[in-house]
Amino acid sequence: MGRKLLGLVLLASLTVCSSCGFFAKGHREKTVTIAGSTSVMPFTEKLAEHFMVERPGTFIDVQGGGSSAGIQATMNGTVAIGMSSRELKGKEKSLHAIAICHDAIAVIVNPKNPLSGLTTAQVRDIYSGKIRNWKELGWIDRDINAVTREEGSGTRGAFEDLVMRNVLIDDSVMVQDSNGAVREVVGNDPYAVGYISLGIVDPRVKTLFIDGVLPSIQNVRAKRYGIVRPFLYLTSKTPSPQAQAFIDFVLSDQGQAILRKEGLIPIHG
Amino acid sequence: MGRLRFNKEAGIKWLLTLFALSSLLFLFIIFAFILAEGLPLFLKVGVTKIITGTKWAPTKGYFGIFPMIVSSFLVTFGALCFGASLALGCATYLSEYAGRRTKLFLKPALELLAGIPSVVYGFLGVIYIVPLIREYLGGPGFSMLATSVVLGIMILPTIISISFDALMSVPAGYREGSLAMGATKWQTVYRVVLPAARSGILASFILGMGRAIGETMAVIMVAGNALKIPTSLLDPLRTLTSNIALELAYATGDHRSALFSTGVVLLVIIMALNLIANFWVRKRVPK
Repeated sequence: MGRKLLGLVLLASLTVCSSCGFFAKGHREKTVTIAGSTSVMPFTEKLAEHFMVERPGTFIDVQGGGSSAGIQATMNGTVAIGMSSRELKGKEKSLHAIAICHDAIAVIVNPKNPLSGLTTAQVRDIYSGKIRNWKELGWIDRDINAVTREEGSGTRGAFEDLVMRNVLIDDSVMVQDSNGAVREVVGNDPYAVGYISLGIVDPRVKTLFIDGVLPSIQNVRAKRYGIVRPFLYLTSKTPSPQAQAFIDFVLSDQGQAILRKEGLIPIHG
Repeated sequence: MGRLRFNKEAGIKWLLTLFALSSLLFLFIIFAFILAEGLPLFLKVGVTKIITGTKWAPTKGYFGIFPMIVSSFLVTFGALCFGASLALGCATYLSEYAGRRTKLFLKPALELLAGIPSVVYGFLGVIYIVPLIREYLGGPGFSMLATSVVLGIMILPTIISISFDALMSVPAGYREGSLAMGATKWQTVYRVVLPAARSGILASFILGMGRAIGETMAVIMVAGNALKIPTSLLDPLRTLTSNIALELAYATGDHRSALFSTGVVLLVIIMALNLIANFWVRKRVPK
């Protein structure tokens, strides 16, 4: 009985292992795996849906993991296309980077907050802990509840580059782990301030003017709004034909129109 | 036939031993894996710099997790303050005062409480407790207080069920003897039953602590995750567990190793807690 059971277990595991290998091999030829920034992921998924309807036969597998993980995976060759929501640095520059669109980072507050705008320097002072009370900005005597993203996030990386410059974000600033979570906190807390991707902004939060300019497609196009980052697709020097076909689709008028509808800023047109 | 039977018995015993050892093997693998991933950074940066360092910015070369160690202990202590007395009261009522019918109703209800996923606790904390604290006490609401309350509720079932078992295992003769000597019901409970069940009650507190210090999801949702050591009940904080879960998705290189180092520290704390608990419980109440 014991031996029989053991044999059965062995047999089962052997079957599972071999079939896994088999399927993976049969699958890979038509699958394009994409991984990386969770900011770019939802838009890539949307694009992939459209692409797969247009060109049946190619399967696009979209995964998250974060910008750094996506870059790493592309360098290792484990994915065909990496997604990044920050610029490449150092060794990473050996990859082929294609900007598919731009995304503005909006500084948001609760709709109950009467403030309509801040300067970049004020935003930096809030996050560095220099300004801690709304009174200093001309509102009521109440602590500012600033919210940032977690270390390693592409949105945080871009915010650090574009707003903080070389100033560190203070330790007393709260941390949430997604654009949606930041929006949720700011939407519920009248005294909170946060920053999220412009495409994620909805009526629950109020977008602030930064240096007198509201983040909008027109203002980003005209280069009036400064907190803007590219959404990048990364490939090796020689992408597979399927991967290239998907990138071409994303850069086509049709692909760009999809991105524009999602609140992002197309690369051309 | 007899020989065959012997072989079969031996075979089953052998197989079951293997299964029993497998759990030990898993423990060993987990341990080895976390150490292998986390130790290199300890060697590279230095144990003291990681454990007593107060600055955490792993992508910029700061790996101090001291604030998170402090925060983990603070919320665990807070959860015990909030949950332990409530739970002990509940267990005492259940074992000493409740009728059979009440018990039949209360016990399954408590087991249900234990079965609620932690994300639901966190969700309720964000929706109700956090705004209440923000409105009436000030601060951002995401705070040590909110975390302690949520954790306090989460550890109730653990403490109640174990201390209930401890109270129930106090022989009926103790109670009868006390009552026969003219003690009131409360005197009996307070002076005889509770002291007799002390070791089990202590064990329940310590297991509750283990649950609180290891809880992750609910804590991420209500703690606010700020890196500073909290100076008031209303300050946000970040625990060891939430540090790992919060940042793992994006971490590479040394940052990733630093999260495993956080795991090593967590593992050591939990093992120490268990050892102290075992030692203490045994020493206090000699059988």
